[in-house]
Amino acid sequence: MKAPRVGIIGIGQSQFKARRSDANYPELVREAVTLAMGDSGRSLDEIEAVVYSLAPDALLGIGNAERLGVDAVGARNKRFMRINTGGSTGISSLAAAHSHIAAGACELVLVAGADKVGECGDSQTILNKIWDPTYERSLPLGTITMLAMSAIRYMHKYGMTQEDMARIVVKNRAHAALNPNAHLRAPTSIDEVMHSRMIAWPIKLFDACPQSSGGCAMVLASEDYIRRNGLEAVWITGVGHSSESYYIGDRMGIGYSADHADAQALGEACSRAYKMAGVTDPVRQIDTAELYSPFSNTEFHAIEAAGLAPLGQSPRMLREEGCFQIGGRNPVNPSGGVLCANAIAVTAMVRVAEAALQVWGRAGAHQVKGAQRAIASGNGGDHQFFGAMVVEA
Amino acid sequence: MELMTRTEKWNITYQHALGETASWFFAQIRDHQQIYGRRDPKSGRVLVPPRAFSDETLEATREWVAVGPEGSIECFTIVYEAFNNLPDPPYAFGYVLLKGADTAIGGFFRGLDLHDAAAAAARLAVGTPVITRFAEHRTGDVLDFWFELAP
Repeated sequence: MKAPRVGIIGIGQSQFKARRSDANYPELVREAVTLAMGDSGRSLDEIEAVVYSLAPDALLGIGNAERLGVDAVGARNKRFMRINTGGSTGISSLAAAHSHIAAGACELVLVAGADKVGECGDSQTILNKIWDPTYERSLPLGTITMLAMSAIRYMHKYGMTQEDMARIVVKNRAHAALNPNAHLRAPTSIDEVMHSRMIAWPIKLFDACPQSSGGCAMVLASEDYIRRNGLEAVWITGVGHSSESYYIGDRMGIGYSADHADAQALGEACSRAYKMAGVTDPVRQIDTAELYSPFSNTEFHAIEAAGLAPLGQSPRMLREEGCFQIGGRNPVNPSGGVLCANAIAVTAMVRVAEAALQVWGRAGAHQVKGAQRAIASGNGGDHQFFGAMVVEA
Repeated sequence: MELMTRTEKWNITYQHALGETASWFFAQIRDHQQIYGRRDPKSGRVLVPPRAFSDETLEATREWVAVGPEGSIECFTIVYEAFNNLPDPPYAFGYVLLKGADTAIGGFFRGLDLHDAAAAAARLAVGTPVITRFAEHRTGDVLDFWFELAP
């Protein structure tokens, strides 16, 4: 059965910053909602359901903060659900909204959230708590160390260097300098990245995303609603999700089915999204990509999972051919990506929002010329829950 | 205008039940300095740490298999940044494939100088042989053991 098309008719996102002392949490959600509703030209009264994008409570410091956010999204008397799949929360929320509409349950759905990671002084303490208390809690696992270990395996398998990682940072910062909503916008150099302080070998300060505060909201509508009301829209033509099992130590050793170096389940998610969208040759058919990558090294395996480079080849393709910068063959993260802004609850939604702005021709200074079809992705958990969406003009 | 903030700390207590499988596993480490895995009856893979059911085949596991103390490094990192409520840096940890196991278990790497990051990283390369060491006083925890480069 071919799913009915679902369109994006409104997008709102904050200018991401370390702190937003001028706005408390619901006010930050409200800001994004107001921007998205304004962009859509519709009224909140018409919204039939709200999908609330909210990652681990402790990052925000408010238990079940969807309770507090319910008024900011105007959900009184409406369907409401919170989604949390860690870093991929934003794209999982959009997938839920897509399903509401594709199933015919609703015509107009709002997806919204915000995060204030910059207000938490202990984000790695909280992210350590995502590991199981039985076997792994006593180890200093966190998102940085988990993905540093992925970098080690990727280096071992494919020969990636720290300079290759730095090249991703330089590329994304150059892109972010063109994006007024990015948090880290100062251009940098390979030398500066290499001399930034070592956090968790081989990840240095500049290889890592910032802790950002800000919100994002999007309005999704059925094709029938869009046609009936004569609205402008871009279209979600592919949706794919996949997951890894829990234990990192199972993604290595003997007879494993997925290597912690790579992002196999993300590859599955992208393949499913491509299949739904009818994309058979992503290198030729995908004009730009917004791939969730909180550390420089993970952008390489994300590029490969999205089918934009063969396994292990993306560092060389960036180094020698500049394939993934704006103006290159398949620009990746023209917004600057997660490396330049990470408000965790909405980061994966921003990936789809940015992909949508690109195919809409509304990305401003970081517009990829002529972009018609884009892919966006999200990663959550201990490199565990993955989502991908194809967006088209 | 003056913008105000409110500072707070969460201090929450839990008493997590480890279950039968993990309890037996930790008792063997505590009492006998021996690490065990559980064999997936369908795939034959020895899962370390032991799971009551295989996360791949979803079959219940029953057979205990002694593993180690020899092993090899599958991945590592060396942390130089201090994080609240985590150990004082520098420290190295990662995952090791113990002899007889099919999956890797996490632990600290001790006994090597971490001050030169590049030199330390070279010594911890993927595939490097290691040996498991056990603490003199053991409590039944993954911190009861660690890995050192094989002599």
